[in-house]
Amino acid sequence: METLEQIKARIESAVPGAVITILPNESPSGQLSLLLSNSQALAVAKFLRDDSALCLDYCSNMTGVDWPELVIKNKVKKKVMFEGVEKEVEETLETVRPPYLEAVYHLYSMAKKHGPVIIRTRTEDRGAKNHVPSLTPIWRGCEFQEREAYDLFGIVFDGHPDLRRILMWDEFKDHPMRKDYVEPDDYEYEPTPHDEVVEKVKARQAKEVAP
Amino acid sequence: MLGEAIIKGMAVTAKNFFGSYVSKERLPTVQYPEERLVPKENARQFPFLVYDGDDWEKGLRCVSCQICEKECPPKCIYIIKSKDKKPDYKGQAQFYPARFDIDISVCMSCGICAEVCPFESIKMDTEFELSTGDRFGGLLLPKEKLAKSNEHYRKVHPTDAAASDAVLAAEIAKAEAKAKAAAEAKVKADAEKKPA
Amino acid sequence: MSAVAGANPRNFELLPKGDANGGELLEISMGPHHPSTHGVFRMDVVLDGEKVVKLKPVFGYLHRNHEKIAEGTSYLASMPYTDRLDYFCSMTNNWAYALSVEKLAGLTVPERAEYIRVIMAELTRVLNHICLIGFFVQDMGALGTPLMYAFRERERILDLFEELTGARMMCNYLRFGGVRCDVSESWLKRAGEEVVKLESFMDEFEQLVAQNEIVMARTQGIGVLPRELAINASITGPMLRASGVNYDVRKVDKYGIYDRFEFKIPLGEHGDLYDRYMIRVLEMRESVKILKQALRDIPDGPIMDSKAKLRGFRPKPGEAYGRIESPKGELGFYLISDGSPNPYRYRVRPPSFINLTILEDMCLGQRVADAVIILGSVDIVLGEVDR
Repeated sequence: METLEQIKARIESAVPGAVITILPNESPSGQLSLLLSNSQALAVAKFLRDDSALCLDYCSNMTGVDWPELVIKNKVKKKVMFEGVEKEVEETLETVRPPYLEAVYHLYSMAKKHGPVIIRTRTEDRGAKNHVPSLTPIWRGCEFQEREAYDLFGIVFDGHPDLRRILMWDEFKDHPMRKDYVEPDDYEYEPTPHDEVVEKVKARQAKEVAP
Repeated sequence: MLGEAIIKGMAVTAKNFFGSYVSKERLPTVQYPEERLVPKENARQFPFLVYDGDDWEKGLRCVSCQICEKECPPKCIYIIKSKDKKPDYKGQAQFYPARFDIDISVCMSCGICAEVCPFESIKMDTEFELSTGDRFGGLLLPKEKLAKSNEHYRKVHPTDAAASDAVLAAEIAKAEAKAKAAAEAKVKADAEKKPA
Repeated sequence: MSAVAGANPRNFELLPKGDANGGELLEISMGPHHPSTHGVFRMDVVLDGEKVVKLKPVFGYLHRNHEKIAEGTSYLASMPYTDRLDYFCSMTNNWAYALSVEKLAGLTVPERAEYIRVIMAELTRVLNHICLIGFFVQDMGALGTPLMYAFRERERILDLFEELTGARMMCNYLRFGGVRCDVSESWLKRAGEEVVKLESFMDEFEQLVAQNEIVMARTQGIGVLPRELAINASITGPMLRASGVNYDVRKVDKYGIYDRFEFKIPLGEHGDLYDRYMIRVLEMRESVKILKQALRDIPDGPIMDSKAKLRGFRPKPGEAYGRIESPKGELGFYLISDGSPNPYRYRVRPPSFINLTILEDMCLGQRVADAVIILGSVDIVLGEVDR
């Protein structure tokens, strides 16, 4: 199979306007991924599927990942002139990673028996702008998996033929796989050795008595 | 011929039906509880705490390091560490669990606690007839109920118990050797000190 | 089966008012408590007479958010939870998870452990396919007998598992970089004997079912899944190969040591129910071949990678996707590590969940009694579908 750089170059020449970034992966698995721009994602996906050399006709896995806002602290050593003497001072640089939701697709080729090529799309934020284009029109295998990502992460897939909740019930409000999801406080009291549960039960009993 | 395969199939059924009177292979079921299968040696049900000697409180191997509590997948173990220390099997002063509960209505018998325990103190039992009339209290086992002797462990898992005994014996031998070496060094140091 | 008019109106916004003959369509809710649905699974079916006009699978009744639980515990503590995904094949679930973590952390597996893994996976494949065929025939109305014969054989394999791992179904046997405990010589000998017995059982079972006229009439040409649709809809496992696509992760990825064994991949031609049944029968025979080779060749040696850590396991930040050929299809695990003891993201790619995508396509135009068998041939386990 071609390298990721070659694939990137070929996509950029075949799909005008596509912005593609190669994302690093430090793990020994060495599975790098391609970040697609939302506007051209569908066209790029179609190219990946129909291209005769790549022929990625099989979308094995599709999932969402939640990346809430994160302050990354980096300690940097800096040389400063202090009263005429050069001194090394440690400085903490804070970079803020903006919050977003990510859709990850693992593509393989059944015809050529190669893979995986990993593509990702990202939403603008985790609030109202949680839209990414659906790739179900290209790979039907994403249908249920995108519904699951919608259900559990709250990613809205534009162009999905049947976007409903799949595992949770229809009346359910929240998205349980998000990192900031708070479990509902609906414990049935059972004497359990578990600290947290006992505390929760006590707190709830206190609340019930107070008003 | 139509129906030929059905007749063939009936022959198989007949073979199994009549075979069940003569062959154990074709009728493997037993009538529990009158009849019982021999339990497998590796079978695991719920965890228990091993103690050495006769007194369970004195001989309990657990030093309440709380690794099992952390690693337990369904979080059914609850430990409170003691304030004071008591001597362990090596004679070293160690903490002991002031409280050690396992909620066996939550436990899923995975055996991770026994696997991660570095002190050979929590092991898997083979007792499975644990039905109780008390839904909550009856299934929440405190350390009095969990503590079982090393003899019990040797009985239910002979191979594993032998291995665990060997590990502990090696530990004791190591500790003794260390103590002996320390004592000798001390004697030597004292001897060197005296003439001066 | 209970007839509930307008059971879930949301699913049937496009419901036509009546058929061409002026008759009325009947909307029924099959399940969730129905013996043919293999668990708590529901099909909202719209019927025109006996013909299926529309079918929507509804599930999630067994949903426990396995992925969220796994993100809250350590890597090791998720291992027993994977047993409970597809509770028929705990060994292959363990393997898929262990493989992904090994990719993530760069662990290698000693040779003996690889052989043990292959033996376990192929025994699992046999027991899964035996049970599936039993259930499949039961769905056609052969109540009890074939299923009980299948369960009798399954029990033998489960006995082997219990003797080795201590549990019949929830084995929790594989570890990152190896397996938990070593197999003894006597166990290997017993396993060899059981494998021979399995072969004679397969002959007997084939005599019972394969040529049966009723089975052939009920399955041939029913529930056809075209090749192109199967690929596009990410169908994997025996379902895919019954449609004639030569794709088996054991051959494609050659994970573990599958390149050392001689075995064939059975392929179907028509993609109908009978092909799906037959593929499983043939796959069992190939599994027996692999088992014989593995039991013959298994070397001595260590069973754990010396770099593997039981306590305090923290892989470097990064991500990995590992997949294996489980009996139901491609089972994958996608893990993202942020360097902490818990995975940042833990995703299961459940084969039977994705294989349900085309349930409606296969059932449209078929009779409602056939929809039951078509569902049976997909081979779902709700522990895995709902997670």
